[in-house]
Amino acid sequence: MDTGLKVEDSDRKMEIAIGQMLRYGVVGSGLVVAAGGALYLGKSYGVATRYATFHATAPSLRTIAGVLHGVGRLDPESLIQLGILLLIATPVARVVFCLVGFLVQRDHVYVAISLLVLAILVYSFVRGTS
Amino acid sequence: MSVWIFSSLLFLTSAVAGLLGSLTGLGGGVVLVPVMVLLFKVDLRYAIGASLVSVIATSSGAAAAYVRDGLSNIRIGMLLEVATTLGALLGAYLTAKVSNRAIGITFGVVLLYSAYASMRKRRYEAVDEPPDPLAVKLKLEGSFNCTGVVESYSARHVPLGFGIMFGAGTLSGLLGIGSGAVKVLAMDRAMRLPFKVSTTTSNFMIGVTAAASAGIYLARGYIEPAIAMPVMLGVLLGSAVGSGMLVKAKVPTLKAVFSVVIVALGVEMIYSGLTGRL
Repeated sequence: MDTGLKVEDSDRKMEIAIGQMLRYGVVGSGLVVAAGGALYLGKSYGVATRYATFHATAPSLRTIAGVLHGVGRLDPESLIQLGILLLIATPVARVVFCLVGFLVQRDHVYVAISLLVLAILVYSFVRGTS
Repeated sequence: MSVWIFSSLLFLTSAVAGLLGSLTGLGGGVVLVPVMVLLFKVDLRYAIGASLVSVIATSSGAAAAYVRDGLSNIRIGMLLEVATTLGALLGAYLTAKVSNRAIGITFGVVLLYSAYASMRKRRYEAVDEPPDPLAVKLKLEGSFNCTGVVESYSARHVPLGFGIMFGAGTLSGLLGIGSGAVKVLAMDRAMRLPFKVSTTTSNFMIGVTAAASAGIYLARGYIEPAIAMPVMLGVLLGSAVGSGMLVKAKVPTLKAVFSVVIVALGVEMIYSGLTGRL
């Protein structure tokens, strides 16, 4: 079937674009985390760890605004957290890429399904971090 | 322990976990949580937060492999992500309600199941029964080139697969793991997808599922940068090396070794949970 093949080709293009984006996302977030980690280790020489009992992280590390503010002050932990936020954003970006691909294909059912997944992701993030 | 020693040891451990996880297809998270809790004496909630970060890193990092293969099915993945992300929300909600002991015991049981599922022979045979009408309607079909022969497939038992995926998402949100073993159960066994398709599709689904609970974990203060940093970097390094080695490695032997480790950790997690040491 001719049309079926076209959809598969277009799916394949989508896949390649997504793969590239994910790779940049992972490498980029890894570099930010590494930079934050180097700063963190620099200031923590001789400091003892304390993770046996749970204390929630500082409030500034728990919201996007708090993290960005900390990055402005070059706070090492905020920089690591920014890298982690970028990492969390990569699979979300993947869903957006697929959504765009399905829009181009005019596949309304999958546009709706992608929007639903995106809505769940946004809900959890907004609900969680505000 | 000093921060420097802690970070270096955790980095090395995570690199080994990422290496073995990518070689055996089980992911690094399943061993990292128990190792952090039992050996590094890190509170379970920090361990789960860091593991979730590592799970997203490996899932997104595996992109290169499936772009090359072109086996993953984006429609099947997207549809099932509705189930896994909803499950992940439920799981992340439950972590705050359930005791460390109960989470530990659940974790142990999932470890034992993962070991069992990974040792089991996976055979895919084309099924004679007619395709699920829902699968046809939702275009849950495809084809792939298997050593020169083009094989087509179509999903079966879509509602059952969707239901199991909801469970996989819940476990992922509760335990901070990819729950690949349960995803395989849904895609290979219930939906009858060829295992190369289910492995690669579940691989990228894992990142989206984990992202659904990551915001909640971050907001609750479970994601401690000082712990997540060595874990994420270590796992990334380990899995990058692992995927390069995949062609040469003796996977069956590795899988057997890894399974023994997982069983030991699973038993220890259940024991620690029962005796209240978590």
